[in-house]
Parts: sequence; C-alpha cells; structure tokens
Amino acid sequence: MRQQDFIQAALAPEAPVPTGLITPSGAPATRRFDVYRNNIIVGLKEAIAASYPAVKSLVGDAFFEAMTGDYVRAHPPKTPILPLYGADFAEFIDGFAPASRLPYLADVARLEYALRQSYHAEDTCPVPAAEFSDPLLFTRQVVLAPTLIWLASAYPVTKLRRFALDGDRPSGGAEDVLITRPGYDPIATAFPPGTIAVLDALRDGMALANAAELAPSDLDLSQFLGTLLKGGAIIDILEGDHDD
Amino acid sequence: MLDQTKQLPMGVGVGYKSKHFSNISEGEHPVKWLEIHAENYMGEKGAAGGRPMAQLRALSDRFPISVHGVGLSIGGEGRLDPDHLARLKHLIDEISPASFSEHLAWSTHDTGPHSGYFNDLLPLPYTAKTLARVCDHIDEVQSTLGRQMLLENPASYLAFAESTYGEVEFLRAVVKRTGCGLLLDVNNVFVSANNLRIDAYDYIDAFPHEAVGEIHLGGHDEDQDEDGAPLLIDSHGREVADPVWHLYTYALATAGPKPTLIEWDTDVPEWEVLASEAARAALRLEQVLV
Repeated sequence: MRQQDFIQAALAPEAPVPTGLITPSGAPATRRFDVYRNNIIVGLKEAIAASYPAVKSLVGDAFFEAMTGDYVRAHPPKTPILPLYGADFAEFIDGFAPASRLPYLADVARLEYALRQSYHAEDTCPVPAAEFSDPLLFTRQVVLAPTLIWLASAYPVTKLRRFALDGDRPSGGAEDVLITRPGYDPIATAFPPGTIAVLDALRDGMALANAAELAPSDLDLSQFLGTLLKGGAIIDILEGDHDD
Repeated sequence: MLDQTKQLPMGVGVGYKSKHFSNISEGEHPVKWLEIHAENYMGEKGAAGGRPMAQLRALSDRFPISVHGVGLSIGGEGRLDPDHLARLKHLIDEISPASFSEHLAWSTHDTGPHSGYFNDLLPLPYTAKTLARVCDHIDEVQSTLGRQMLLENPASYLAFAESTYGEVEFLRAVVKRTGCGLLLDVNNVFVSANNLRIDAYDYIDAFPHEAVGEIHLGGHDEDQDEDGAPLLIDSHGREVADPVWHLYTYALATAGPKPTLIEWDTDVPEWEVLASEAARAALRLEQVLV
C-alpha cells in the first residue's frame, strides 16, 4: 500500500478502504480506517477553529463546521506547525459561495490570522522611544518588527471582530488596520484608509519623514507614530541619511 | 558518538499546557519534569517568539524538558523535510532538553495531489523495506541533532496484510541498527492489544526495556469495530484507565523504574486533576524505586 493511496482514501469519506488494511481476522478494516479519517479531519478543523473564533461566531457553529470541513480537505497544512495553519483560509472564504452574503467575512479572517501571526512572531528589541526625540532620525531608514502586521479592509473589520467576540454593535466604514504586539498580546488599531501606504513605504526602505508624506490627510500622525512606538514596532534605525 | 548523557529525571512529568503555567511555576506538586510538543514552538519564517517561547524558556530554567515531536514523519515514504528538521534543531539547541522523542508513524505526504501535513500519527506496515527507511530517517535525525532520540510505539487501529515483522520485533531491529532509545507508551500498548487482539502483557514481556528512556500514560476512548466489539481510541482526553494502570505497574515490575509522563491533550482538565494523575504514577514509581 502506498501512502498516497492511504491519504487519498482518508480525505474522501465515501472512498473504499485501501486493500491490505485489515482487521485481526483479515477482513477489510472499514470502521478502523474511519478512525484515521476522523482524526485527520477533526484535528485540522479544531486547529482552524482555534485560530478563527470571530469567523466562527459570525457564521455559527454548523456553517463553520461545513466550511472548515471543505477547507481542510482541500488545503491541508503545508508544514507541521499547526498554530500557524490556515494562512490561506481568508482566500478560501473569498471563493466560498455559501459565504458570499457576508462579504466582510474574509477580511475578519485576515485580521484574525494577522493577530495570530503577531502573537507567535519572533521576539525583537524595539528602539527606545527616547531615541525618536532626535529629529535627524526621521531622515533614516527604519527596520520594522516581525510582530507588526498591517492590512486594509473595505469594512470596519476591527469592529466586526469585536462584534463577533463581544457583541458590540459594529459601525463605520473602510479601515486600515495595524497589528502591534506590546509585550505578548497583539492589538489591532484602526486607522483611516490609505494609512498602510506609509507602512509599505517604510518596509521598502523609505525614511520616516518621506513616508509620512504618503499619509492620508485625515490620519493623526502622532497617534499613528505612538501606536508604532508603544507596540515596539521599530526595531532598528539604520546609520546615515537616506535620500529618496 | 551520539550524546547519550542527557536523560530525564527518575520521576513523573506531565504534558505542558499553557493554562497550567502558573500552577506549575508556583505550586507544590509531584511533577518533576515537563514534556512539550516541538511543533508548538516553531516559526515558519524565523524563530517562534511571544508568550509561548517566553513561558518555555522560564520553565526550562526550572524543570528538565522533554521535547516530543509530532511532525517529523519518521515512517514517511519520502525523505524527511529538511526545513522541519532544521526548525527542530534550532529548538533543541535553544532549549537543550533532557530528551527528544518522536513516533513510529507518518504524518506528512509530499507528492501528488494530496500533499501536506495531516496532523495524525498514521500507521505503516512492518517490512524489511519500511525498517530500512525508518532506520535511515532516525540516523538522519540523530546525526543532525547530535544526540540520541527515543522512538514511541504507536496506538494501532488496524493491521497490514503485508507486514512481515511483529511490532516489538521491528522496534528491536530499529534500536539495534540505529542506537536510538524507545519511548514505551503503555496506553498505546493497551489500545493496540485490544484492537489487534494480541496480549498486552506478552507485548510488555517481549519489549526491549533496556532501551526505554521514558514511559507514557494517557487516557483512551471506547468505540466499536466492524463486528460490534470494543475499538479503543488513543484520545488523551481523560484519566488513565484502570487496566492501563495495571499494565503500567506490570511494566515497572518487569523493567524497573522509568521516567513516566501523564499525557492529556484534549479537554485539558484543571491542574488539580492532572496533578493527581501524576501523583498516582509517582506512587507506583516509588514502589519500584525502593
């Protein structure tokens, strides 16, 4: 028996048991093979449920069960690091027709995965806030922490997540979201649409002063910088002026 | 030479769950060491960080740690995933654990339309071919890590028509060829013996106890097989069953004392429940220590 045949049969509930898998009396191991079928699917579904509590709450248990069953069969983990399984769950939701009545659902999934990534991200040493009092530093390139993650949504995605978990009524429109990790617990902060252009520019090597010019007019820059600093999001300032 | 100097203390450990962090750190309890699942402390890009790693570092300062892998796929047809082996080496180098163990099973399939990690300990037939492959994989793990590993006997639900070795015979051959040690999971012996209609006590009698560096105890569930007979499932979601305690006592009487772990991975109970399971094991262990 090839392991390929074992897996193929395990992922297809109606497939016959591969030949050569037997009971103690030599009969085909039907119920016994179902143990593996069940373990694989239940375990992977539980891993997704642990990462996506807000998505689960928004669609309800039965819908979530069915959706994740389809997902785990089509997209098994690429690595054995189960805490990070489900990176493409949001894209799957985008294409999952029964969820099309909740157009914001995939963005809630993106936010939940970003929080999880930040939670597990490598520890780094933030630049102390005091060093930012020197205006020269705004002309330098900065290095961003692996715990800092950002995304843009056409929906009030942070409020939708809070609604799903705590029942607060969501309101408002599109948001750009920064996930930072002060200490060990990541937080998501909403900013006006267009804000993440600043972070894209910083990531690509633009100095802080130049990147700030890309900010939307309604962005409160000091609040934005405060969020980055409090979240330990800048871990290095490179030497020498940087000319864009 | 493989480093065989590190070993677990002769006492009882538990599978570490983050909800028990303060109970373990602060309280008085019978637990002498902790076991972690390696894959919960790995990053995909760069090292893992955050609270899980900080807690592990703090615990490893105070307790001997057993790193228990669930994702190497030692019994896989393909080669070991070099990225995963590198992540494992990184973790082992950082934590410097007292023990590293993995399973006689496979969990990853890397070719064809269904490739991925399947998060279960899947069975393999015991043949000359699978023996050679398992030994190659263990050689690679031990030489990469520079230390001996322990291989755990699986919980079986079915048999393979093509098998030409018994499980104990297979494990003995692996030990002889690779110099690895064994992790004797007594609950798995009980579960497999019921499911494959063999005698659990005969299995313990035949087991190469001189190679055993650790014993596992855990809970199982009961289902029904094709004929309505009991089919036991290795679930790690409840107390150790009474007949498994008997089998453990028998194993200790046969083999002498071994570091023993209580595994409880699903429906994880309050600390007091887990600590009382650990105390039950410690009592039995003490009886063979004197």
